[in-house]
Amino acid sequence: MHISPFILFWAAIFTSNVLLTNFLGMCSYLSVSREMESSFGLGIAVVFVLTITCALNWLVYYYLLVPLHIVYLQYIIFIIVIAASVQLLELIIERFTPTLYYTLGIFLPLITVNCAIFGVALFMIIRQYNFLQTIAYATGSGIGWMLAILMLAGIRTRIKDKMIPAGLVGPGISLIVTGIMALAFVGFSGIVNVQ
Amino acid sequence: MKRKDIFMNAAFRENSVWKQILGICSSLAVTNLMLNSLIMGLGVTFSLIFANLTISAIREYTPRSVRMMAQVLIIGAYVIIVDIYLRANLPDVSKQLGPYVGLIITNCILMGRAEAFAAKNPPLDSVVDGIGAGLGYTLVLLAISCVRELFGFGSLFGIQILGTWWIKWSIMVMAPSAFFLLAAMIWFINDKYYKVKTS
Repeated sequence: MHISPFILFWAAIFTSNVLLTNFLGMCSYLSVSREMESSFGLGIAVVFVLTITCALNWLVYYYLLVPLHIVYLQYIIFIIVIAASVQLLELIIERFTPTLYYTLGIFLPLITVNCAIFGVALFMIIRQYNFLQTIAYATGSGIGWMLAILMLAGIRTRIKDKMIPAGLVGPGISLIVTGIMALAFVGFSGIVNVQ
Repeated sequence: MKRKDIFMNAAFRENSVWKQILGICSSLAVTNLMLNSLIMGLGVTFSLIFANLTISAIREYTPRSVRMMAQVLIIGAYVIIVDIYLRANLPDVSKQLGPYVGLIITNCILMGRAEAFAAKNPPLDSVVDGIGAGLGYTLVLLAISCVRELFGFGSLFGIQILGTWWIKWSIMVMAPSAFFLLAAMIWFINDKYYKVKTS
């Protein structure tokens, strides 16, 4: 794997968007996207946490799990690392920037169970990225996720009081909107060719 | 509540995917082939049954403050078993499913059932609930993958059904079709099964 981190960053946002092509982080994407403001808060929190936890998980994987031959425990270790760093992050943010804490505070616990965080960590191991590539890929994925949730939130505020078939109200229409967004993103796929 | 009611509730009336909108990630990602969907469904069912059993068995000894962490670790242990089993016995499928086997840990269905049912009910009932929820999930996966594989590859379970005259729909193999099909399924079920009406 010799892809430049810069290309990987753009690929993670557009051509292999973590939500629109890999379907990660759907649960919070569908439930939080009702308003622009909370979507933005959650998006920022995801970018933040994704970058930090992926860097930590990379270090833990290659400097702890591989030398000790306990790679089969990676799932549990990754989850613990993610949960612990989210807790730590929450304490640090609360202590130093109370204003940021008010915007991010409620979203941080939600993120521990967001599959995008865990999924990106697993992808970086499977695709054998090096440290720089991992950071670029994680940040890009976070921004891509945020882009997707902001777009859906924008569309949902517009269709809120339109007539929709009763059975489609709520998750149904959101999924169709997401499908159309995914179709649009397929159009980017020729730009850079990274899986 | 009778066991049969618990089962029907978990599998149909309160189905995790179409009613509670949980576990969407994996039901979209693995459904391009029926075989992958079946194996993923069975993996989730296995983890659900045993995680529910364990969580329910120790529910009176788990302090509330560490409840979530304990549940995640229990689920993680069973997912590792599924992952190791798949890698040893079905290496091809394991490779295609990729990270999605590991992602069963953060699959909201498992946490959802643990929190909503297993943490409050006796072990045997929880096992029935696990079987129901797992089968309900597998059913959704198979329904979506049936359409995607038939139109996308012209085959079912890898056996060619449609002849060479069939022009494969490449959209069915790609990501957007999964969103559309799941939305269509939710729409159909809301309309015919729950009979939702505009108020």
